[in-house]
Amino acid sequence: MSFKHKDVLSIAALSPEDVALILEAAEPFKEVSGREIKKVPALRGKTVVNLFFEPSTRTRTSFELAAKRLSADVITVSPSSSSVVKGETLLDTIRNVESMQTDVLVLRHSSAGAATTLARRVRSSVINAGDGWHEHPTQALLDLFTIQEKKGGLRGLEVAIVGDVAHSRVARSNVHALTKMGAHVRVAGPPTMIPAFFERLGVRVFHHLDEALSGVDVIITLRLQLERQGRSLFPSIREYSRLYGLTAERLQRAATDVLVMHPGPVNRGIEISHDVADSRSAVILDQVSNGVAVRMGLMYLLSQLH
Amino acid sequence: MTILITHGHVIDPGRWNGEADVLIDDGRIKAVDPKLHVKLEKSASLTIIEAKGLIVCPGFVDLHVHFREPGFEYKETIATGSAAAVAGGFTTVCCMPNTRPVNDSRSVTEFILAQAALTKKARVLPIGAITKGSKGEQLAEIGDLYEAGCVAISDDGVPVMNSLVMRRAMEYASAFALPVIDHCEDSHLSQDGSMNEGLVSTELGLPGIPKAAEEVMVARNIALAEFTGARLHLPHVSTVGSVRMVREAKARGVAVTAEACPHHFSLTEEAVRSYDANAKMNPPLRTDADVLAVKDGLRDHTIDVVATDHAPHAVQEKQWPFDSAPFGIIGLETALPLTLNLVEEGVLTLEQAVAKLTIAPARAFNLPYGTLAPGAEADLVLVNPNAAWVVDPAQSYSLSRNTPFAGWTMKGRVEKTLVGGAVVYETLPRQSR
Repeated sequence: MSFKHKDVLSIAALSPEDVALILEAAEPFKEVSGREIKKVPALRGKTVVNLFFEPSTRTRTSFELAAKRLSADVITVSPSSSSVVKGETLLDTIRNVESMQTDVLVLRHSSAGAATTLARRVRSSVINAGDGWHEHPTQALLDLFTIQEKKGGLRGLEVAIVGDVAHSRVARSNVHALTKMGAHVRVAGPPTMIPAFFERLGVRVFHHLDEALSGVDVIITLRLQLERQGRSLFPSIREYSRLYGLTAERLQRAATDVLVMHPGPVNRGIEISHDVADSRSAVILDQVSNGVAVRMGLMYLLSQLH
Repeated sequence: MTILITHGHVIDPGRWNGEADVLIDDGRIKAVDPKLHVKLEKSASLTIIEAKGLIVCPGFVDLHVHFREPGFEYKETIATGSAAAVAGGFTTVCCMPNTRPVNDSRSVTEFILAQAALTKKARVLPIGAITKGSKGEQLAEIGDLYEAGCVAISDDGVPVMNSLVMRRAMEYASAFALPVIDHCEDSHLSQDGSMNEGLVSTELGLPGIPKAAEEVMVARNIALAEFTGARLHLPHVSTVGSVRMVREAKARGVAVTAEACPHHFSLTEEAVRSYDANAKMNPPLRTDADVLAVKDGLRDHTIDVVATDHAPHAVQEKQWPFDSAPFGIIGLETALPLTLNLVEEGVLTLEQAVAKLTIAPARAFNLPYGTLAPGAEADLVLVNPNAAWVVDPAQSYSLSRNTPFAGWTMKGRVEKTLVGGAVVYETLPRQSR
């Protein structure tokens, strides 16, 4: 069984076997990051370019470290230093970068489908590091890796995803990934934040958080995009936090060994209370460290194709 | 000059459907009669066009095109747009006012008419703006636009959101019997949307345009037309709800006409799955149920007209990410075969299909075209209904290439187009397949 995709653009396009393979490939790289000398020669001589057309600290750093620990040559281009402002099309930018003989392009863009449309036109492997509200596949993969590590498996788990699902690429990727691997997914939030037809993706929709949390094994809390205030998605941060914020009291409804996850950055006191974020249930920092291993595993698999 | 088009299958909707000859004299239709070739064959000054195996019908009338001149000549000019029109069988096109400057004044209208006269291809009839600069605030000089040659008014892609302004526009335009066209879209509801809001937008993570954004404005415009008695024309009807409301309005006697675009009865939102911006238009591609409703509307004459909403955009603009690429596709050269598909599917008879492209649009805007009645301008199109061809955007006569039908095999090809008795388009041998 080997990985046959040139690109990783969405979880939707991966099979359950693909997902399992990536999670398996990540396993040994976790150990690498714990070594004194955190480096293996797997991608020596390969060139990885991170193209981040949207601000990001966590994901960008994670991809950079992953590539470096695989001994790849890596550079990161971000909007301020790119030529996007000069009116060059995205395609031209990418083609110019690729002309310098790149092997892997990691793309973060505010437009859904940006990675999909580019991947068709370039030779390099493209990894989608987040495209608009569409998908953020490596985030879902690292979430699954973390859940699997803590729970020993994914099949049959009850997972609640809470918050602005409509505008969340993390939610979409996780819904696809978790349902593919046999977990049961619930999404919870106000109706303004759950898009039409979301149930057709195989999830249960809740508008009351207490109901959604009943007996769940994992809670993935989404970041509330504060800039969406004033767009009539929710009346106020105060009300959102009262109705959909994860508190210690609400956590009682979940299974006793529940995992609390968050893709970051966390708005403490809004979508998640201080004490929950720092509780033993929270695995937010494990997610971050596993992110490096998962991205190493993924880049390793892609490099095997070249 | 006298021309005889012989042995064709003449379809002049409501007037003739069968083999006949068409006699053209001095740029006008003189007669349609099955025996003309026998009577006239010996005359030396007669130019004969052999049309055996071809459909001969009035030139098509498109109530909805964007020719981008003045202001966006890199997308399309009146000359290139007219060339695409006649290649698609359209001899009369009505061009929307969303140029730069907007066609909200006599001088812009006159410029468009002058450019059209230079090209000597299709008849280009301007549509004037409803409001100054299409800003939705103050009425444009609608009377002056009418006198200068505008055949209808619209703010096109910019819906008139202020209902009082729309009421006044309808009242004022009724003095000139000018049809009022409103692009039905509540821009608050559609804000930032780039495709139909539904399962596909949910999966793709693209911001959606709900059907309700169209339907609330269809409802408003029908209510205002009913109230003011104005002539309302609804462009590119795309949803189940819109079709139902138009049907009900017509049953009540409201003076409303409606059009459907070929893409709205040929494609669904599924075409967006590849994030191809050539499947991005406004209103967006909808669902199977909506496609069926549009076809039902065409069948029962709720929808009077097929119009293209020909909207050229440059290649690089359509290469932008889906959400930032402009709305619209070219459509003049693919409208005929896509409409003929409806005949194949049993939605329309051949005569009805021809009517939706000819006499029906002409009547909607009170135009003297779309007919082969004696004395009418000799605008005709000769169609080979069985010729199959593959859409190659590079061969389009339009300056732009933005079609979602690239690579499609089409059935039905324009062989020859005449405007005022002059041949303005002929399929070249290299294009024959």
